[in-house]
Amino acid sequence: MIEKLFTVKNRLGLHARPASLFVQTASRHRCKVTVVKATGGEEVVVNGKSVMGLMMLAAACGEDVKVVLEGPDEKEALKRLEDLFTRKFDEE
Amino acid sequence: MIVIKGVSASPGIAIGPAFVLENEEIVINRVDVPKAKVAAELKRFRGALEATHRDLDAAEAKVLKMLGKEHARLIDTHRLILRDPLITKDVPRRIRAEKVNAEFALSESLEVVNQAFEKMQDEFFRERRHDLFDVGKRLLSHLLKQEKKSLAGVRAPSILVARNLLPSDTLNLKENNILGFVTDLGGKTSHTAILAQSMEIPAVVGLSDASHRVKTGDTVILDGEQGLVIIHPSPEAVERYEGLRRRSLEEEESLERLRGAPAVTADGHKVRMTVNLDSIEDLKTVTALKGDGIGLFRTEYLFLNRTTAPGEEEQAKVYTQVARALDPNPVVIRTADIGGDRLSQLGLEGPKNEANPFMGLRGIRLFLRHSDLLKTQLRAILRASVHGKVHVMLPMVSSLRELQSARRIFVQAQQELEAEGLELPKKVPLGIMVEIPSAAILLDAFLEEADFISIGTNDLIQYLLAVDRINEEVAHLYDPYHPAVLRVLEGIVQTTHKHGKKVTVCGEMTSDPKAVPLLIGLGVDVLSVTPRMYLRVKQIVRGCRVEELKGAVAKALRMPDSDQIRRLLAELEGR
Repeated sequence: MIEKLFTVKNRLGLHARPASLFVQTASRHRCKVTVVKATGGEEVVVNGKSVMGLMMLAAACGEDVKVVLEGPDEKEALKRLEDLFTRKFDEE
Repeated sequence: MIVIKGVSASPGIAIGPAFVLENEEIVINRVDVPKAKVAAELKRFRGALEATHRDLDAAEAKVLKMLGKEHARLIDTHRLILRDPLITKDVPRRIRAEKVNAEFALSESLEVVNQAFEKMQDEFFRERRHDLFDVGKRLLSHLLKQEKKSLAGVRAPSILVARNLLPSDTLNLKENNILGFVTDLGGKTSHTAILAQSMEIPAVVGLSDASHRVKTGDTVILDGEQGLVIIHPSPEAVERYEGLRRRSLEEEESLERLRGAPAVTADGHKVRMTVNLDSIEDLKTVTALKGDGIGLFRTEYLFLNRTTAPGEEEQAKVYTQVARALDPNPVVIRTADIGGDRLSQLGLEGPKNEANPFMGLRGIRLFLRHSDLLKTQLRAILRASVHGKVHVMLPMVSSLRELQSARRIFVQAQQELEAEGLELPKKVPLGIMVEIPSAAILLDAFLEEADFISIGTNDLIQYLLAVDRINEEVAHLYDPYHPAVLRVLEGIVQTTHKHGKKVTVCGEMTSDPKAVPLLIGLGVDVLSVTPRMYLRVKQIVRGCRVEELKGAVAKALRMPDSDQIRRLLAELEGR
């Protein structure tokens, strides 16, 4: 299992379009993808292959989310997802 | 008379009888499903999923036809929701585990998400839940075999009043006699609002209980400019709003009449008016303006949202289509002004996180570093020059050497294509953007080698005043009427005219109604205007008197601060 913390950098946060990109990328891999956001002492955990799940996190610009991967192709998947965050989901 | 303040979701004014869409409270009962029938229930749910997918296909076709590709992405989001594990996995799991009917299982799953969304602070995120409801409602209507409530019953042109409108409902408004709509829920950034704006239907949302206060047939005024709804308006209010509506319609009509009318000033000077094109998707809008060509085709969009650079074939196809559509009017194609951050996304070596990208590797600097990108784009543009009048323009040129290097690659590309058997026009003009102060200062030298110039006012002002417009702390210092800007513009016009060449301006200044007389008075020959403002600017040009403006500009050039210049322009406008 691997995990990594990311800061959301695109202006509107993880809204529908970036969430869709995330899900499409995550779904191309076999590993389990979970996304976690800490809000006021409590952790919200969602399925990284679910758009609604990701949007429920309401991760805004500047907030941190933790991506947890578990499965045979977890390294590859992390690389792809990492790329999305650095590219700010192609939004600016 | 009752006035309710809501949120303006789409501008415009509508007056008419209300048509209240009754809130369809769907009552969902929990029905226990015997073990033997669970499989049948699952099958029923899958059937509804498939039917909803077909609905989305139909909706997509409709959006594509009415509003274009950009908006069709909304349907992609809906498809993704429909494929979401929360629906495809969670609902069947509930059906199996709790042995309940599909409707109940679905509403339970949706409720969980709804609660999470309702708690959100951020309005933008909270609004996204309507997309979920939209999909959920379609699914439910298939499960319940319910016909969607139709607006076909609306006989007279009416204002639709509803608790909430889903994006998919919005699509059917225009063909159903709807002048505008008001809803209790919703916000400015919802998809419903965005669709209303694109379809030019006035709308006010977020009115909390308007749907209870209004009855079908009540007269309602919808003020989409201020976000107001007036129920049972007084005769005076109706008169005032009728007046407002008439005036804005008249304004629109008088602009409409200018389509195809010549861009000639009141004292008979012809001004060439071209259009800016940002993407091939706007091509139809641009040709419909019947202007004097395209003064700036920004090609950046071809390089966005992708992982490899666009190839020659792909680019040539786009440029050819544009050149053909505008022929015999010219098209000025600017090589891509992309920044260094794009490179790594296109799979190329490039800087990461430049501290100051506006002064970093962008425009011609980047394309000379990656000359293969420049060569590919120049070849593609040259191939299009066979099909129409094409000019090539280089962005961000700061020294003569850059123009010379680019010219060498340009000539190479020409020779290659000719060796490949292509018969190119005798001359394809190669020009530069004047947007860096050094190019403005060194303009006489540039004019010896550039076939034409075009002033990019946005960047020129930003570099001249050292103001980053994105930086909130200093954005207010960005000032197109700064006396230094005026003097530099006047210098550019004088020098260019001395060389017997014409001056084009293609920045935002050409779309600012106040700045247009200033540019005309300075002696600018060609304006390249954003499509949305084109007719309005033509109207202003047709009201200009060049001799009078020349006098005013001479005065403005002696003024030491922008407030005085602004006042002078306001006086001119008032005349």
